[in-house]
Amino acid sequence: MEEILSKAKKLAEQAEVFQLSSKVTPVHFEANLLKQIQSKENISTALRLIKGGKIGFAQANGYIEPEALVEMAVETCPFGMPAKFNFPNPKVYPKIETLDHQIDNVTVEEMVNLGDRIISAIKQHTPEILCEVSATKGTISVNIINSQGGEVSYNKSFFNLSLEGVLIKGEDMLFVGDSYSSCHPVLDFKPLAEEVIKQLELAKRNVIISTKQMPVIFTPNGVASSLLAPLISAFNGKLVFDGASPLKGKFGEQVFDKKFSLQDDATLPYQVASYPSDDEGVSSQRTPLVDNGVVSHFLYDLQTAALANTQSTGNGSRHGGLPTPSPSSLIIGKGDTPFWDMVRDITEGLVVEFLIGAEQGNTLNGDFSGNVLLGYKVEKGEITGRVKDTMVSGNIYQVLKQIEAIGHETRWVEGFLSTPCLYCTGLSVATKMG
Amino acid sequence: MQGHKADYVEIRLEETQITRIIYRGERLEEVGRTSSLGGNVRALVKGGWGFVSFNNIQKLRDKVELAVKQARLIDKQDFKLSKTEPIIDVVATKNNGPTTIPLSSKKRLLDEYNDIILSTPKIRTCNIGYYDSQRKVTFASSEGTYIEQNKADANLRLTAIASENGQVQQVGLSLGSQGDFAAIDGLQEQVKQMAQRAVDLLSAPQAKAGEYTIILDPVLAGVFVHEAFGHLSEADHVYENKRLQEIMVLGRRFGDKYLNIVDGAAVPGLRGSYKYDDEGVPATKTYLIREGILESRLHSRETAAKMDEKPTGNARAISYLYPPIVRMTNTYIEPGTLSFEDIISDIKEGIYAKDWYGGTTSLEMFTFSASEAYMIRNGKIAELLRPVVLSGNVFVTLDNIDAIGNDLQMNQGGGCGKRGQSPLPVSNGSPHIRIRHCLIGGS
Repeated sequence: MEEILSKAKKLAEQAEVFQLSSKVTPVHFEANLLKQIQSKENISTALRLIKGGKIGFAQANGYIEPEALVEMAVETCPFGMPAKFNFPNPKVYPKIETLDHQIDNVTVEEMVNLGDRIISAIKQHTPEILCEVSATKGTISVNIINSQGGEVSYNKSFFNLSLEGVLIKGEDMLFVGDSYSSCHPVLDFKPLAEEVIKQLELAKRNVIISTKQMPVIFTPNGVASSLLAPLISAFNGKLVFDGASPLKGKFGEQVFDKKFSLQDDATLPYQVASYPSDDEGVSSQRTPLVDNGVVSHFLYDLQTAALANTQSTGNGSRHGGLPTPSPSSLIIGKGDTPFWDMVRDITEGLVVEFLIGAEQGNTLNGDFSGNVLLGYKVEKGEITGRVKDTMVSGNIYQVLKQIEAIGHETRWVEGFLSTPCLYCTGLSVATKMG
Repeated sequence: MQGHKADYVEIRLEETQITRIIYRGERLEEVGRTSSLGGNVRALVKGGWGFVSFNNIQKLRDKVELAVKQARLIDKQDFKLSKTEPIIDVVATKNNGPTTIPLSSKKRLLDEYNDIILSTPKIRTCNIGYYDSQRKVTFASSEGTYIEQNKADANLRLTAIASENGQVQQVGLSLGSQGDFAAIDGLQEQVKQMAQRAVDLLSAPQAKAGEYTIILDPVLAGVFVHEAFGHLSEADHVYENKRLQEIMVLGRRFGDKYLNIVDGAAVPGLRGSYKYDDEGVPATKTYLIREGILESRLHSRETAAKMDEKPTGNARAISYLYPPIVRMTNTYIEPGTLSFEDIISDIKEGIYAKDWYGGTTSLEMFTFSASEAYMIRNGKIAELLRPVVLSGNVFVTLDNIDAIGNDLQMNQGGGCGKRGQSPLPVSNGSPHIRIRHCLIGGS
């Protein structure tokens, strides 16, 4: 890294080298049986330059001659965007716990055993089910150095346990599933098994629902699969700056229900989305995005923050290219209503567990529209069965403007969202007529 | 590869050069280049697979040993991969690829598209993402196959974003090719129309949710066939699942006798075309549905062996970081005889949906979204609608196709995602088709 930086400094005003190395071991089960064990090692080195006031960028996956990487980055500089920022100076980063050495001690045999045990727990409940299980452990190491003397180095461990089950009866397919992630090893499979068994219980029989506007309870997985994509784009500082987010100009305004609060938090110990520094050397922080319904901040990286005349929130994240604003962990504040109280309150409505395709509409405008992969009908205060061949549509700026109730418990989904259940009204539900 | 007591070992090495250009509004936000070097080893021992990926291509023997050791941990039912002849071949790209075109020429063209979009009144901003790659893959197996394949790929996605009174509307256009830069050149008129449509959507109404008779244009019908049927015909969903095998039994009727669905990398010149798949099996052209009846499915060597069917050359890996899995290539509905007028004229009320935004499937249920939609009233295209998301059930919807046009077109702008491997270059296509009782989400 030092050699790349010193060569780059000779040709550019400023330079930054980012290196990510990872070691990942996934164990896959298919159709209830162990299928494949993998071992993946990867290293990537990215060079960002400011030359002639413009940003240049090149990345190498695997080994590259330092001269070759510098040459590639220099070649892009004349076309790059004018840099509005300097690379960060040396600083003291917050101490964020992201590494648990216990990950190293988990053997492949233990991971295989974990998979076997969770599958047998699910099969004990529903013998005909076919499960795909992945147990994955890994460590990553991040190193950043820049020409301003800035320097970052940290390690992270992670473990993920996930299960997808399919139950086929005739031509009817039922999909259930869940997953858990942590920087600690996830060796207790019971919460996952209990959740999946709960889904199987609630989905035991298929029922018909009406085509009309009705109340919907989004479970934590339901929030992730329905509302998350439009929420993420809404608070992306870049989209706000460009006017591609409806929240442009809404800073300080009451846009959402008073009960609704949202924050981004990269500082939580042992959460897989936590970090001491973002991918460009800015300290991590906790950023309130919505306070009691009022829009209170957006997420920024260095360049976007400079364009928008504000400070980076430590959300510069790389996805194979230049850093761009992305959430770390998103936290939706909990309320005071138990799930079953919400159910009891509904005469006819729907519980959404998984929606598919919801993120493939006009998410910029807050729209979502998807097919209910797993959802339950509520009738006179009780869950009566599973609903299928049904679409749910809405817009987050309407749905989250008046929230009926918010769950009193939260849980993590997809490793980076902590959310309670959300009980919303007036969603458009459409189903096949027969 | 020899001397490890494995049933089968393969090694893959890969070198890739990528150029990426991203615009956001007036800003050319990123011009970046990526160079990758890496490889993997896959080993089969008594029915279990070990897989090791790496950047450091030294000490390959150790990596083979690790993959064999992992495979040995798996106690599965033994099987033999389906037989294929060992092949020794070197495949060059037809095009030198857009990597040889200077950055300044690419930028000049994209600048022009950017100007067209941004000069449209009420357009707030735009996104342009351009990407091209040149890839050299070397594959060798313990059965004596040695193949070098050079592949080029290019992809362009333009999105125009209009906003007014807190409403944001967007329209996108996607194109791609196997490295032929001409495929993304000369789109000025299309780009102009796209930007204008994003503006028009600001005042367009949303469709009312419910069931409709719909017409899909060739682009969206291509996404439909990919999502609604293509994924279900991938044998890795079926081969270990007895109940699904009963449902997907060859010879079962899925649609009208005019319905023919094909997938094939051997169909030349498209983004999903290649000579050999990532297991070294020659590409084929496969009829998934012929005259409405399920005729065959897409296979890797493992799924073909386990189902006692012929391998089709559909095992693909997006990069050395992943093992090959069963994927589509170029998937399309064959053209029928009807004109657009024949298809639309007897629809009293329906929806004409065009161009893709996205699509996904759970195998049984699928959704796909249009980026352009119109009401159909009394056999004529009527008012513009906000983009619609359509949904269906594979066991019902294919049989609801009751008209197939004569105007097959292939779309090359898409990428397919499966098991974390995305976006894989594929193409989809179809003529105009009409579907009865299609479920649409809306207000």
